[in-house]
Amino acid sequence: MNFGRFFRSTVGIATLAALLVALPFVAAMGGQAWVRILDFAILYVFLALGLNIVVGLAGLLDLGYIAFYAVGAYTWALLASPHFGLHWPIWAILPIGAGLACLAGVVLGSPTLKLRGDYLAIVTLGFGEIVRIFLNNLNAPINVTNGPQGITLIDPVSFGAFKFSGTTQIFGFAVSGPQKYYFLLIALAILVIIINLRLQNSRIGRAWQAIREDEIAAKAIGINTRNLKLLAFAMGASFGGVAGGIFSAMQGFVSPESFSLIESIMILAMVVLGGMGHIPGVILGAVLLTVLPEVLRYGVGPLQMALFGKMLADPESLRMLVFGLALVLVMRFKPAGLWPSPVRRRELQETGK
Amino acid sequence: MSANLPTPLLEARAVAKHFGGVKALRDVSLSIRRGEIYGLIGPNGAGKTTFFNCMTGLYVPDGGGFTFDGTPLVADASDKAAARGIARTFQNIRLFGNMTALENVMVGRHVRTRAGVLGAIFQNAATRAEEAAIRQKAIDLLHYVRIEERADDLARNLSYGDQRRLEIARALATDPKLLCLDEPAAGMNATETEQLRELIDGIRRDGTTILLIEHDVKLVMGLCDRVAVLDYGALLIEDVPAVVQKDQRVIEAYLGA
Amino acid sequence: MDIFLQQIVNGLVQGSIYALVALGYTMVYGIMGLINFAHGEVVMIGTLVTITVAGSLIKAGMPVALAGLAGMMAAVLVCMALGWALERVAYRPLRHAPRLTPLITAIGMSIVLQNLAMMVWGRNYLTFPSFLPSVDFELAGAHFTAIQVIIVLVSAATMGALLLLVYRTKLGMAMRATAQNPAVASLMGVNVNRVIAAAFIIGSALGAVAGVMVGAYYEIAHYQMGFMLGLKAFTAAVLGGIGNLAGAMLGGILLGIIEALGAGYIGDLTGGFLGSHYQDIFAFVVLIVVLMFKPSGLFGEKSGDRA
Ligand SMILES: Nc1ncnc2c1ncn2[C@@H]1O[C@H](COP(=O)(O)OP(=O)(O)OP(=O)(O)O)[C@@H](O)[C@H]1O
Ligand SMILES: [Mg+2]
Repeated sequence: MNFGRFFRSTVGIATLAALLVALPFVAAMGGQAWVRILDFAILYVFLALGLNIVVGLAGLLDLGYIAFYAVGAYTWALLASPHFGLHWPIWAILPIGAGLACLAGVVLGSPTLKLRGDYLAIVTLGFGEIVRIFLNNLNAPINVTNGPQGITLIDPVSFGAFKFSGTTQIFGFAVSGPQKYYFLLIALAILVIIINLRLQNSRIGRAWQAIREDEIAAKAIGINTRNLKLLAFAMGASFGGVAGGIFSAMQGFVSPESFSLIESIMILAMVVLGGMGHIPGVILGAVLLTVLPEVLRYGVGPLQMALFGKMLADPESLRMLVFGLALVLVMRFKPAGLWPSPVRRRELQETGK
Repeated sequence: MSANLPTPLLEARAVAKHFGGVKALRDVSLSIRRGEIYGLIGPNGAGKTTFFNCMTGLYVPDGGGFTFDGTPLVADASDKAAARGIARTFQNIRLFGNMTALENVMVGRHVRTRAGVLGAIFQNAATRAEEAAIRQKAIDLLHYVRIEERADDLARNLSYGDQRRLEIARALATDPKLLCLDEPAAGMNATETEQLRELIDGIRRDGTTILLIEHDVKLVMGLCDRVAVLDYGALLIEDVPAVVQKDQRVIEAYLGA
Repeated sequence: MDIFLQQIVNGLVQGSIYALVALGYTMVYGIMGLINFAHGEVVMIGTLVTITVAGSLIKAGMPVALAGLAGMMAAVLVCMALGWALERVAYRPLRHAPRLTPLITAIGMSIVLQNLAMMVWGRNYLTFPSFLPSVDFELAGAHFTAIQVIIVLVSAATMGALLLLVYRTKLGMAMRATAQNPAVASLMGVNVNRVIAAAFIIGSALGAVAGVMVGAYYEIAHYQMGFMLGLKAFTAAVLGGIGNLAGAMLGGILLGIIEALGAGYIGDLTGGFLGSHYQDIFAFVVLIVVLMFKPSGLFGEKSGDRA
């Protein structure tokens, strides 16, 4: 991978850093909406890399990942909004959100992780739906979640007096709210990248890979497969919780709609489409799948007008249609993902023979 | 006469296992002494592998149990058996095919090492030292089984004989007190079998007790200190090779099968 | 007591629909280990095709019952073709791909079909023509409508036909052999490609029948209706022990009854804290609990790992 080597050299890192710093300002030229899209792309990078620990490293098929994200998001929303009149600080809420998500992961994982992989998929999927149904309905008789209306006026992220919403002057530059969140998210994403990389090449990472390859053999050499799977599951869940908290603060608003199954599927698709277990691939998958629908959102309508002079199909469904087709086509022609790790590529070529 | 012998390393007491109507093991009792090579033979379907699986916690026996190194074995967890010091290979080789040979052995060190998630993330000195030790030990083991030059090849690209050796190296990485080999010579030619014989003998000389399932009677009789014969799940005899070879029931069992 | 009986009846009806859809999941899973996420969409297309065909035939003056039958035939044919095409175009090229690859493809196909349906049929609810006069029976305090009776009868007949096919024909034997071990089956001369295609086609036909009945039952249809239905049906298949035909049938019926009873009693059970909006969680809660105690489903045989 000459790409990979470039990014590991000093020059490469400096170039990359400069690009990352410049990006939100370049995007702002097209309007703050694009900066917000960028923010979401990075939030999804974070989420996808959290899920990569579960799916890519430990090989567990989790279709309800969004539920943990929801737990984090609602924790923040409830503890820092006028809904209950609470305005706790970030250093309290973020760990609570991550902790609750982790707890949910353990509670769900401990009975189910001994199941066959596909059963785990359906159980996690069901769990995701249960969480969503509760969020939708826990507004009566006691109003906890405010039902489908969701919770509004959520506090932004702030450290002391420094708020991440609104424009601030930094070194004479006017830095907008979305731009500030961008840098926060980049920091978080770098953190999760480092964690992924280090785990992958560790004793724990090797044990996960062994479980993925042959669970019986892994047990026979003394790996406690259940605990290790639970560990991956709980870690992934905690990352989901953190991402949810930031999401909540960034949007200022949450409602159950943001946590539907399609979101879980989207994140899984990012992991698989990019190249499961391969960090650059997952990042690529997350960015593509966040940006592509947005580009389609802005592109599909005008394109139809230009080509046919009228709207033939509803742009929203055309957008999703193209997205679905993209999933199918990528899997058809690049079954190991767009940017698989060298090892996986080798695996596939050899089994393909 | 057995009064002044030390306690056996492994003792099986009336182990029974059935699958539906098939009685794979009928009250098998045997004991393996420290430092010996113990052979387990019998016709196809006699229950040898089933005995391994019960002992290593893959199957839960329907009756009886095992004592290992003085304490009972928990019947249902193969990871615990490995932690206690029982390592095994599989009749139909089970390597981690998409990991390299070296990684296969490194992961074998799992139960004897400690580093957790935090260690991995923060890369503290202890973790780095442990990781280096794991790698070194794995390299040494690859030398020991003589496949060091295949260290960076994916396990599934190794030749059949090398895969067998790799599986032994991986088992040895767990620092076992008892190494259980399920038909390690199956599918090997004469030279490979001879090399394997030397390897097994060497492992015993280095202090590991060995339980060997094998169809190759010549190998078993030449290598083992004592041999047990299973037939239709029942133990026919447990004795030194010279006696077993002449036993009428054993001859019949093999001719009958 | 009346509520109890009534909910059992309602559950039985809903459950037969789940069972039919679950069979499609279980057949495909049993033979190739794939969760065919797009199956719910096939059911939805079955419903919508029936509406279009039967609706226009009725408008053209055809007797209602006959138009309904024609609509159902059309739905079955369209869905069979769709199932065949799905397998051929989307899944077959991925036979040897990593395990998650066909799953993502299935999800992609599900999105594609849903949005295609939305383009063709619009995003509004469509009303299903009522084929039958709404006759009401009463038995032991429970009410039945004609359509309910028909749903249960048609499901039972369809499932019976399926069992005959699987256990009494050569194709069925080939299917069972492939489910046991595809490599061995193909050595024995079974054409595995044909068997897999057959599983998709038959499963889709059952799905189409289910789709028609859902439409007839609720008299309303929508491009997103396949999703939840598919999810529940898949849950039913897992509940019964996936890959097991009888398990899918029993799992479906059980799930229908549990849901109906749950919806009827959840208010009383929780002292009014949880209302009937929580109906949808029963499926999943039951699933999780069952799998905890019986990891291979209620009727699935324990697959012991051989070492
Ligand atoms: N998981 C299982 N389920 C059902 N039957 C089993 C299982 N494992 C083993 N058996 C049966 O138990 C009996 C003993 O099998 P086992 O594999 O222990 O024989 P073996 O002595 O190892 O034979 P071989 O020399 O062929 O390896 C056989 O009849 C086998 O079919
Ligand atoms: Mg055997």
